[in-house]
Amino acid sequence: MSLALDIRCSGEGGFKLRLKSDIPGEGVTAIYGPSGSGKSTLLDCIAGLRQPDSGEIYFGGQCWFAADRNTPPWHRRIGYVFQDARLFPHLSVAGNLDYARRRARGSPPMAQAQLYQTLGLSKLLPHLPATLSAGQKQRVAIGRALLGAPRLLLLDEPLANLDQQASAECLGLLQQIASELELPMIYVSHDIEEVSQLADHLLLLDGGELQDEGSLLALCSRLDSRLAHEEQAAALLQGSIQAQDDTFSLTEINVEGETLYVNHLQQPVGSARRLRIPARDVSICRSRPEDSSILNILPVTVEEIETCRGARLLLRLRLGEQHLLARITRKSADRLALQVGDSVFAQIKSVALLSEAGDQP
Amino acid sequence: MPLSPAEVDVIGLTASLAAVTTVILLLLGTPLAWWLANRRSNTSAVIEALVALPLVLPPTVLGFYLLLALAPDSPLGQLWQQLTGTRLAFSFSALVIGSVIYSLPFVVQPLQSAFQSLPRGLLQAGATLGATPWDQFRSLVLPLTRRSFIAAASLGFAHTVGEFGVVLMIGGNIPGETQVLSIALYDQVETLRFDEAHRMAGGLVVFSLALLFFIYRNNGPVAWRVKV
Repeated sequence: MSLALDIRCSGEGGFKLRLKSDIPGEGVTAIYGPSGSGKSTLLDCIAGLRQPDSGEIYFGGQCWFAADRNTPPWHRRIGYVFQDARLFPHLSVAGNLDYARRRARGSPPMAQAQLYQTLGLSKLLPHLPATLSAGQKQRVAIGRALLGAPRLLLLDEPLANLDQQASAECLGLLQQIASELELPMIYVSHDIEEVSQLADHLLLLDGGELQDEGSLLALCSRLDSRLAHEEQAAALLQGSIQAQDDTFSLTEINVEGETLYVNHLQQPVGSARRLRIPARDVSICRSRPEDSSILNILPVTVEEIETCRGARLLLRLRLGEQHLLARITRKSADRLALQVGDSVFAQIKSVALLSEAGDQP
Repeated sequence: MPLSPAEVDVIGLTASLAAVTTVILLLLGTPLAWWLANRRSNTSAVIEALVALPLVLPPTVLGFYLLLALAPDSPLGQLWQQLTGTRLAFSFSALVIGSVIYSLPFVVQPLQSAFQSLPRGLLQAGATLGATPWDQFRSLVLPLTRRSFIAAASLGFAHTVGEFGVVLMIGGNIPGETQVLSIALYDQVETLRFDEAHRMAGGLVVFSLALLFFIYRNNGPVAWRVKV
């Protein structure tokens, strides 16, 4: 059930959104871009809360919007988690959840007891929304959206109002929900770290236009993508936990047959793990350093070299089937005489190997 | 000191006039206030001004025009005559029409400001959960603005009980048909029956005070303030 979009929508202050895309009907699609790029406008068009000027929206072959029709939001069977939770203030948590359940047009994607347990809702049931913390409100909002038995879950910067701890907790829950449910999710965010932890697919939006789209892992390490040129540019590596090193409180992660050490993770051996490696934390050596304090050194091949601005260079490095980015100075590249195709070693500061929020040292 | 049958009649008539008027006002005023709260145009400003007019006009002016509009030879009066076979002017129905117009701002304005301050986002959340507009109104708007509805109904009721000028012009003074409290009181004073006048006036003061106390306690002092 993919979502086919081809819309034009003008917003406040001369803002114009023009977008054509096919959003996959599975996994998490992130809509990423700076504020004012049209992310929320796009989400509201998908939800039916805002009517595009023209174009078409089809969900799984069903027409939601076209020249002669507009399915109202209450008939679209979506779940929407708003940035500000929007719990009904006159109803208790139980009342808010019942509101969704009574109007659900199908059975929810997760059994109620399991949902309450996952989101930790049982203890909150009798309370009014005004007495909840921001993190609790957002958990209730996620539960409410899921109890409505949606076929598509929309999330508009759900972590933006949360403090660091609540945000990490909530992100963990969303990851769990995304991996356990076969429910397509569209996640709007301007935070690339959130996006890289959650998304499978990425839409890059700027000035109301689609800049790029594709699989997150591929897009993050492509030099021609705008993502690679941001200050916090980072590549994503997919790996799995291969062993726990209790002596040094480290966890070994296998990526393409190489071992990476990260701070101890409470997860069983074998579980998949996504690692985010900022380009600025990767340095290059011609030979494997034996006397370095840095633990994580990977043999890689230089695949592309791009001069960005001034003193710096951006390298795309291949590790098996995956890619790393490294930002180094032009002077270093010159001294090492780096060429495309060279086999070198990438040194990664171990602190850069943070993956999920909440595990950070 | 029991009330005389005539006084009981007067009070009963006044109460039923206020009750019927309040019900009609809620039925008419709610959609009107909703429309005004959601539209910003010259048309809505004109309607808003018309609704607020009874706040600034002397009631006798309103009564005078209503008297002309409801007269037996007017189009409305004739239509009424054909439909019901009865005369409209100087009837209970005429009083209801006059009271509805006169008390309209007291119902529409608190509702309108309540609707305007209602966060749209909550209704959007309801819509994404599958609530149709009518469902949203019933399950979200009504409970969230309940206090304003109580205030609007109480104000509409109290204001109808207290009206004088309009009733005087279009109601006449027919006992059991159009003789309401304020008119009866006027009558009593004119004919120097001060004992009865004291009972009516005092009763009305106590009733109004109790009702206003109830509104203020229910709502806080600012929620229903009438904007002129």
